[in-house]
Amino acid sequence: MEGHPATLTTNAPPRAGIRLPGLGVGLGRGLVVLYLSLMVMLPLAAVVAESTSGGLGAFWDSVTGAQSMAALKLTVICSLIVVAINAVFGTIIAWVLVRDEFPGKGAVNALIDLPFALPTIVAGLTLLTLYGSDSPFGLDIAFTRVAIVVALCFITLPFVTRAVQPLLMEMDQQMEEAATSLGAGGFTVFRRIIFPNLLPGILAGVLLAFARALGEYGSLILISGNIPFDTEVSSVFIRSQIESGNVAGASAVSVVLLAISLTLLIAVSLFARMGARR
Amino acid sequence: MGIAVEGARKRFGDFQALDDVSIDVPDGSLTALLGPSGSGKSTLLRAIAGLETLDAGQVVINGQDATKTPAQKREVGFVFQHYAAFKHMTVFGNVAFGLKIRKWDKAKISARVHELLQLVQLDGLAERYPDQLSGGQRQRMALARALAVEPQVLLLDEPFGALDAKVRKDLRTWLRRLHDEMHVTTIFVTHDQEEAMDVAEQLVVMNEGRVEQSGSADDLYDHPANEFVMSFVGEVNRLGEHFVRPHDMTVGLDRDDGAEEAMVQRIVALGFEIRVEFVLGDGTEVWAQLTRAELQKLELREGQIVYLRPGQTKSFSGDVPPPEGGGASTPRHPDGGDDAEVSAAA
Repeated sequence: MEGHPATLTTNAPPRAGIRLPGLGVGLGRGLVVLYLSLMVMLPLAAVVAESTSGGLGAFWDSVTGAQSMAALKLTVICSLIVVAINAVFGTIIAWVLVRDEFPGKGAVNALIDLPFALPTIVAGLTLLTLYGSDSPFGLDIAFTRVAIVVALCFITLPFVTRAVQPLLMEMDQQMEEAATSLGAGGFTVFRRIIFPNLLPGILAGVLLAFARALGEYGSLILISGNIPFDTEVSSVFIRSQIESGNVAGASAVSVVLLAISLTLLIAVSLFARMGARR
Repeated sequence: MGIAVEGARKRFGDFQALDDVSIDVPDGSLTALLGPSGSGKSTLLRAIAGLETLDAGQVVINGQDATKTPAQKREVGFVFQHYAAFKHMTVFGNVAFGLKIRKWDKAKISARVHELLQLVQLDGLAERYPDQLSGGQRQRMALARALAVEPQVLLLDEPFGALDAKVRKDLRTWLRRLHDEMHVTTIFVTHDQEEAMDVAEQLVVMNEGRVEQSGSADDLYDHPANEFVMSFVGEVNRLGEHFVRPHDMTVGLDRDDGAEEAMVQRIVALGFEIRVEFVLGDGTEVWAQLTRAELQKLELREGQIVYLRPGQTKSFSGDVPPPEGGGASTPRHPDGGDDAEVSAAA
């Protein structure tokens, strides 16, 4: 599970030579480097090495193969649709949770994190029960692309909300009053004052949600049906390649997903820094 | 013309912020709303701006009933205590905001913004962001932003409340001068009586959602309508039913009929002014304001017994409670406390 988005917006400038209690400066840094190497860098390097084990040509063929391209395209397009939906609804939820007062607000606020806490396979199972062939509403979307979008919407729901909430809480409401008394109507106040102040949070939330959606597996495996060229997403494609013994091919697609995620994470930290500066 | 409020009432839950308030602000004047925290002065100002809706009553701006006019259309310039700067816009963008809303063309906006930035002495800082400015600079920017749209009236809510003492003094002199040049009807809210008397032509003293008295600084100081006004506008001692200003206390060394026996408790030199604190026979604490020369003549020491003769005293019948601090004997200081009370309760 990815880091909580809110933690990304608190990039305090690093101070040189801060000691952890009981640890020397050098020892603390050494531990961090060692742990990150073992847990993050080494596995990543292994995947990259494996993906190019047959040479760059083989890597390229694996990535651009018809089935893997179809899976990548489906994954990226579904993820884009999902983050667009959640950018809007996540912001609205954050707005209601911060600005409205209603009974049960605390419970709703806690509910937002459920998709983070719930095992994704359970989420998939729930969705299959609700929207599968035995749907109590008579709504059967199982094994369609719509089901993929629904599942990903559920999984990525908290990202934008949790990234926007703190910005909304610390936003000076008198800015809105000042704009109003200068003649701005409700929509103008939103467009010129509120939205620009929330944008760094929305973008950070969207990018994290996108990265999460790209690699989602558990909630999709049951409900998407995994039909090649139709509802097979990249993560499922990777698994099927491994099962059929094509480890290099699986690794190649993994590296592509990895590259996209890494680019996005760098973008997130840039946006977070932008948000912190203003 | 000017601004008139008639019979304004506003309640926040259990709190009666405004209780039948009427004020009259002459066209082109500079009026201060003065009162302690929770007196309703900020609520009244926000109601004039349309940022708060009244439960009852009427707001008339330049002869037009504005009670039902939304804030957006009131043509009111509002300056907030904590600046309410648009953080994501440059100084230029902040000041240009109202003009862009009014769809002025670019060249005109640029000319007007620079004219205003010159007026508030921020001309070189147009491309800065608000968090690159000092508090005083931010408040001047906010003032330029409010003035840019040529508002019918200018409303300032504790405009200097968040600034340090030195900047406060500079800014209020500057505001006074600015008003002399612009002659836009201006109301500003403050809890600092010295600031109100320094800047405003007319003072409206508020307490517990009501207007206690309005008039010039001299009027209020010399002819306070009640105990509250007397003790809020200027310093005051209480001797039984009587109130006396500390500078109206005569200190004598010889026993004298009609003079109160008192012991010197503390002598505080505040530059030219000397504050001498006394305790009377019945334990009441009072103080007198003396000059350095008077003190030297009397050669007062702490612990000495002296005789106090109050000059002009006042007494009020009625049951207006004194402001916090008892009003009676403790010397009051204008505090720098935050006055976000009423708006926060909303």
